[in-house]
Amino acid sequence: MYNFDFVKPASVEDAVAALSGDEAQPLSGGMTLLPSMKQRLNAPATLVSLTGIDALKGVCRDGDMLVIGAATPHAVVARDAAADYPALAELAGQIGDPMVRNRGTIGGSLANNDPSACYPAAALASGATIVTDKREIAAEEFFQGMFATALDEGEIITSVKFPIPQKAAYAKFAQPASRFALTGAFVAQYADGARVAITGASENGVFRWSEAETALSSNFSADALNGLAASADQMIGDLHGTPEYRAHLVGVMTRRAVGAAH
Amino acid sequence: MPKDGGIGASTKRREDVRFLTGNGRYTDDINLRGQAHAFFLRSQVAHGKINTIDTSAAEAMDGVIRIFTAKDFEGVGGVPCGWLITDKHGQPMQEPKHPVLAEGKVRHVGDPIAVVIAETLDQARDAAEAIDLDIEDLPAVVDMKAALSADAPKVHDELSSNLCYDWGFVEENKAAVDEAFASAAHVTSLELVNQRLIANPMEPRVAVGDYDPWNDNSTLYTTSQNPHVIRLLMGAFVLGIPEHKLRVVAPDVGGGFGAKIFHYAEEAFCTFAARQLKRPVKWTSSRSEAFMSDAHGRDHVTKIELALDAENNFTAIRTETYANMGAYLSTFAPSVPTWLHGTLMAGNYRTPLIYVNVKAVFTNTVPVDAYRGAGRPEATFQLERVVDKAARELGVDPVELRRQNFIKADQFPYATPVAVEYDTGNYDATMDKMLELSDYAGFAARAEESKKRGKLRGFGIAHYIEACGIAPSNLVGQLGARAGLYESATVRVNATGSISIYTGSHSHGQGHETTFAQVVADMIGIDAGQVEINHGDTANTPMGMGTYGSRSLAVGGSALVKATNKVINKAKKIAAHLLEASEADIELADGKFTVAGTDKSVDWAGVTLAAYVPHNYPLESMEPGLEETAFYDPSNFTYPSGAYGCEVEVDPDTGEVEIIGFTAADDFGNVVNPMIVEGQVHGGLAQGIGQALLERCVYDADGQLVSGSYMDYAMPRADNVPNYTVDHSCVTPCTHNPLGVKGCGEAGAIGSPPAVINAVIDALQRGGHSHVTHIDMPASPSRVWAAMNAK
Ligand SMILES: Cc1cc2nc3c(=O)[nH]c(=O)nc-3n(C[C@H](O)[C@H](O)[C@H](O)COP(=O)(O)OP(=O)(O)OC[C@H]3O[C@@H](n4cnc5c(N)ncnc54)[C@H](O)[C@@H]3O)c2cc1C
Repeated sequence: MYNFDFVKPASVEDAVAALSGDEAQPLSGGMTLLPSMKQRLNAPATLVSLTGIDALKGVCRDGDMLVIGAATPHAVVARDAAADYPALAELAGQIGDPMVRNRGTIGGSLANNDPSACYPAAALASGATIVTDKREIAAEEFFQGMFATALDEGEIITSVKFPIPQKAAYAKFAQPASRFALTGAFVAQYADGARVAITGASENGVFRWSEAETALSSNFSADALNGLAASADQMIGDLHGTPEYRAHLVGVMTRRAVGAAH
Repeated sequence: MPKDGGIGASTKRREDVRFLTGNGRYTDDINLRGQAHAFFLRSQVAHGKINTIDTSAAEAMDGVIRIFTAKDFEGVGGVPCGWLITDKHGQPMQEPKHPVLAEGKVRHVGDPIAVVIAETLDQARDAAEAIDLDIEDLPAVVDMKAALSADAPKVHDELSSNLCYDWGFVEENKAAVDEAFASAAHVTSLELVNQRLIANPMEPRVAVGDYDPWNDNSTLYTTSQNPHVIRLLMGAFVLGIPEHKLRVVAPDVGGGFGAKIFHYAEEAFCTFAARQLKRPVKWTSSRSEAFMSDAHGRDHVTKIELALDAENNFTAIRTETYANMGAYLSTFAPSVPTWLHGTLMAGNYRTPLIYVNVKAVFTNTVPVDAYRGAGRPEATFQLERVVDKAARELGVDPVELRRQNFIKADQFPYATPVAVEYDTGNYDATMDKMLELSDYAGFAARAEESKKRGKLRGFGIAHYIEACGIAPSNLVGQLGARAGLYESATVRVNATGSISIYTGSHSHGQGHETTFAQVVADMIGIDAGQVEINHGDTANTPMGMGTYGSRSLAVGGSALVKATNKVINKAKKIAAHLLEASEADIELADGKFTVAGTDKSVDWAGVTLAAYVPHNYPLESMEPGLEETAFYDPSNFTYPSGAYGCEVEVDPDTGEVEIIGFTAADDFGNVVNPMIVEGQVHGGLAQGIGQALLERCVYDADGQLVSGSYMDYAMPRADNVPNYTVDHSCVTPCTHNPLGVKGCGEAGAIGSPPAVINAVIDALQRGGHSHVTHIDMPASPSRVWAAMNAK
């Protein structure tokens, strides 16, 4: 790790001000950022901690929306979202290990947009809105390929608004070593149709599986997916699985998520 | 019932109190006054020519004390190899120099190029980044067969090729073996990969070098399984420091699994640098560094063939193996694919003719050496896989085919065609025990039930033999070992009767402090709490060879028994004097010396006190004091064996394998502490299951380490392993050591991989995927799915 300055502001305004400095970077749970700094792959001059800002924390219901503060750890989502959006709470409860769940946050996960991360699937399948200090960004526009998002330099996520579905589930097939998603499918049914988001599989990061959405929108059952197969084109191939295997898992995990939706 | 604390008691491990409360003292806990920190700058390319190393900018940086490169090691020896293999033509293996720091070329990712010594680790790291390296990329060789092609780039320019040796065993049998294949009724053949693994002990390696210029004494604190071996190799071959001026201390060590047997460049470096700088120098490996600098394990590519006659008797075995040595020869690397592998190819069977060919190959990868089981897992895996495949091809029960060919209980001692003589065993007994404990008879019903849930259930069997308790020194000397393999113990009885033991064995998780004390306490009949075990410091332990190859109790324990018997003999003489009786009439029981047939007695402490306060003592005929040392050199290996049964369920949708049950019925001979033995088996099974289903070290074609962290290298976790059923009630005591013990440390890792893979194949075959006859390890979900769906 290289030397850096550390500030822990108490308000979003102060955080944004601190982030306007040279090579400043927000720090949330640090579960992704700190290891990369320890390996000297990342060298911010200033870390602006977001975890001292009360406004960025907590889970609350707002009509048919569930609003989650960006600096809310996964463990808190797993507990506090359980009543309103159980599929989301279950997803959070399956991330990493207890340390990761108690430190890592939803804002950090979405901002990082790891192609194998779990939350992006939930955000995209829910048609969530990513709220920042400057604007509101639809999930569709927010995720822009592996590790890429619509966030501007110095812009921070403040909360995420999830429309609550009629039913939903996340089915994750864990990569054997990291236990991130080798392929994960988040399926959500809304009054106006079903949405399916796939993580872990594509070289372009999280994506919506539109054929499955069409099929499920007219018949929300695993059988509706019979005969549907995702293409192996542009799927990730690595030592844990070929593109063909991942494409196959897209079907399996989607089917399982539909079966488990509640 | 075993006496509490004596042999046979499941005494809780006394060392766990300090380990579990965070009070162990590991090498990284050692911080000496004035200590400087070393950071190793390592190669990022697999193969390259070093044009220049410019350290001038780095030297000027804050806190930098000195920067070392290869030129500082002119006149210093290379890291030695401890075993010479003679090839099938009678020629010595090709043995390249292994410099402490890369000389002229880098040969694998992680090869150390320069070391920065600074006041703090961060300063050393900062300066290392300022070293200007000019390294010209050379094409790398990674694949072993490609490395042997005529136009392959050479890892070592001074060698004639990348072939270390081409070994044939037993070369004289080759023609007869070929003939047996020509006349066989059936031949089963199998090509397989025993993949490269990374040991990953919980504690990464650490070395602290210290130097006392006033006495010219060097001390190395290091994470080693065998401090005396390190002292010998480093002192005599690398640095030229005589033993009396060199002390090596291996304090608490957090697991080794083989990777901490070897003498590493970093140890020699810290010892050397401390002398140069007259300051302590410390290096602690990071986990990422460990992936590219700890010796790796396994990495064999094998073709095995089994010949059978018309009655299904095994008539011959023929194998051809490519064994990866990596870029340099690690300490015992050449012995692993040869003597630790070829000699085990008879397994538990009466196969009369065996020929093993091994080509050891240099590649631009991390050196490969012994890893839990070392050669024996590789032998067992191929043999137990090919036997299973033969049973399937012949349509016979895999249990019955094994039984039919087993060496039977009345055939011991049994000389195999691969140069070893098994002293005892009863393979039918362990097989019966495993089948009973795993409810093999009920398997069909369980498979039916799985099918209803859409899962494919399979049962896999493996029966293993291993050669442990290494080893008779004169024999291994003939086979090329450059060391003896005896063990030592000093039993120092204190005046008031307590006992301090100094053993040449080393404990890094095995529990010697508990079990060795049990042995001595049992022999004398005193409380185990009266006995303290000291190990790991060459300054106070007799020369010993350390711990690996499941040898501690069989060899080190035997030395301990010998030394304790010497003590008891002398104590009896003292007791005879005190009791005014003849020595022949003195009996020792329950810590008391009695004159046979009388009630005259003196207790243990009475005798020990007399030895050290010799007022009433036969000084004219006997020295005072009560302390004895013994060295024990075994007359044979020990041969633990066992039957393993693995039951799996395969998810046909994803290819995921779940281990439902695992039964291990082992014959370890006599057992000193059943709880510790079970723990050893559990750990071995976890490592074997890790190899079978999860672990795999992967290099890309350019020699970059793809599985360089836990993000990609899959270690087994608690939820990957089942609740094991472990049994060691089948006992055929070793015939040639005093305790009748065989060794249990590696068994689990040796016997489990073929049991798991046999189970996976069984599940797929039963599930209708009859084209799947083999899956290479790890049987990851993607591989199983691909095998099922291959056309
Ligand atoms: C062992 C382990 C296992 C894991 N397993 C999983 C898993 O199974 N599934 C999964 O999805 N994830 C997994 N993760 C990742 C985990 O969820 C991380 O916590 C998460 O990806 C990052 O969140 P964080 O709060 O720690 O962010 P940090 O590490 O603090 O930051 C990550 C990045 O986001 C930026 N950032 C942080 N907060 C904001 C914000 N509010 N606005 C803008 N930018 C911001 C930072 O500057 C940084 O670039 C795992 C991590 C570990 C270490």
